[in-house]
Amino acid sequence: MQQITMGQAVRQALAEEMQRDPNVFLAGEGIGVGIHESPVMPTFGLLREFGPDRVKDTPVSEAAIAGLAVGASVLGLRPVVEVMFNPFFTLASDQIVNHAAKLRYLSGGKSSFPMVVRVKTGAGFGAGCQHSHNLEAWAAHCPGLKVVMPGTAADAKGLLKSAIRDDNPVVFIEDMGLYFFPTPVPEGEYTIPIGVADIKRPGRDVTVVTWSKMLGVAFKAAAILSKEGIEVEILDLRTLLPLDKEAIITSLKKTGRLVILHEATRTGGFGGEIAALAVDEAFSYLKAPVKRVTGPDIPVPFSPPLEQFYIPDEHQLVEAVKSVVL
Amino acid sequence: MENKKKIELYRSMLLIRHFEEKLTELCRIERKLPGMVILCTGQEAVAAGTCAALEKDDVIISNHRSHGHLLAKGAEPNTVMAEIFGKKTGCNKGKSGTLHIAVPEVNALCTTTVVGGGIPIAVGTAFAQQYKKRRQVTRCFFGNGAPDEGSFHESLNMAALWNLPVIFVCENNVYSGAQRMEEHTKVKDMAARAAGYAMPGVVVDGNDAEAVFKATAEARLRCLAGEGPTLIECKTYRWRGHGEADHQAYQPKDEIARWMERCPVKKIERELLAAGAISNQEISELEESIAKIVEDAVRFAEESPWPAPLKALDDVYV
Repeated sequence: MQQITMGQAVRQALAEEMQRDPNVFLAGEGIGVGIHESPVMPTFGLLREFGPDRVKDTPVSEAAIAGLAVGASVLGLRPVVEVMFNPFFTLASDQIVNHAAKLRYLSGGKSSFPMVVRVKTGAGFGAGCQHSHNLEAWAAHCPGLKVVMPGTAADAKGLLKSAIRDDNPVVFIEDMGLYFFPTPVPEGEYTIPIGVADIKRPGRDVTVVTWSKMLGVAFKAAAILSKEGIEVEILDLRTLLPLDKEAIITSLKKTGRLVILHEATRTGGFGGEIAALAVDEAFSYLKAPVKRVTGPDIPVPFSPPLEQFYIPDEHQLVEAVKSVVL
Repeated sequence: MENKKKIELYRSMLLIRHFEEKLTELCRIERKLPGMVILCTGQEAVAAGTCAALEKDDVIISNHRSHGHLLAKGAEPNTVMAEIFGKKTGCNKGKSGTLHIAVPEVNALCTTTVVGGGIPIAVGTAFAQQYKKRRQVTRCFFGNGAPDEGSFHESLNMAALWNLPVIFVCENNVYSGAQRMEEHTKVKDMAARAAGYAMPGVVVDGNDAEAVFKATAEARLRCLAGEGPTLIECKTYRWRGHGEADHQAYQPKDEIARWMERCPVKKIERELLAAGAISNQEISELEESIAKIVEDAVRFAEESPWPAPLKALDDVYV
């Protein structure tokens, strides 16, 4: 197995899909020649490899970038466009929320919009709250979209390839915290289905449902808890929409305890949806209250100690797990 | 313009006029239509004139005042009418209603009610046409309110930068909601904004179907020659309110009357009669056949079943 970062895994997925299908093209701000030009960035070198007709550096115009994808996809292209940072999703959101998500429905099922919007996200870069703000719950609130948020390089590659081949609009959110640490990724061609969660660590005592960068925090907490005799089952959602309800319920039947971990702020966060699912559909299996470990309800602050305070860590998770076990 | 083509244009405008007048009747007198009804009565020359300059494979992206655009592009009156009624047989199975009708069969790929929302999408369809090296263009309709949206600016800039084959048609009917043009912008001509994108901007009399046709045909040739987009402003007037629920309190009665005297349908009719291209007898026959098409469409819609409620769950995903 190769050891690569998530940025490099995304790059492999893009390059492989572009080689496989001439209808795949990329567009976004600085995706050809960028201010952060570096081999760890996901579109590094693709302009040289595929040329300017297929790798479109765009003006700073998020609404037009997203609309470009909507219009190009209805005529059969497979655009993969990039919204540089999750907070800029707001600028593209009319096209994604009102158009990409709804136009198939409005056509009575006659048209399809096979497009991918790649969004970079994550706190921890000293970029402040207008560059760091996890808004996955917004996207997941839009029927018609699929929302994918991988936590490993291997998942990112397989899921992005599936997203590009999917005939629906997919919002694909990459946490930049995963761009810098190599992890094992299978060699060669493979895909991972959208809408299927993955048990990253089996355990008998508590189910921790998480996604994206928080997967690493879950592993750290699991190692600490294991030494104390508590075995955590880590369920990586990977896809928020459509939600793999069955995987969550199956795990709850085994453990009877649920802690949800996400970086996004608490109120209105997607963790609330998981908690509601547990109460609605698995209440009789629950042995303890459902707990959430999340970012606090504040904008992501700038100063390093403040930003660290914002990001959920393994100690908070350990505490939450113990509170439902002991 | 050849007489034969001009008669086709006239026919297209007559169909739109009859269709819209019937909807006014159904909505205001018979109260048979659910929801909003937004009509283009008085603006027929823009829809018909631009569509007459397009080929079947060319794409249109439309806005909330779409019936004319769709019919002129060749959409079937029966299924459009059934969609406006919200019936199962509607061209979008009752999912869109009057406001968001898509007719992919005639490449009317998107009607959006978000003001300016269709303009970025037109950039996308034009990009696909260029990418696939097709000899096709996209024509995007919007009103005079849309150029005040950010999406207009982003899209025209990108379309010009990439020489995309798209024709932006600003259907200036004087009003943006209840605001007159001079209340929502300081420019006199929306077409002047094209200069900001190094794009040709053309002003035409939007009640002169032949002039609209010519401007569109020229813009289409520029698109196909790889010279990129054009912004065409068609100056016209909205006889009805924003929607049929609008009491038009802000529209002076004498202004409406003046514009009704400049009726685009009567104008082309007079021109055809003067050229000896059509007789009064032929006009009566044509009107009769169009009226029947519209009556048939209403009957089709009325006799069609409602969609089963559970069908609401279909068509969200592929």
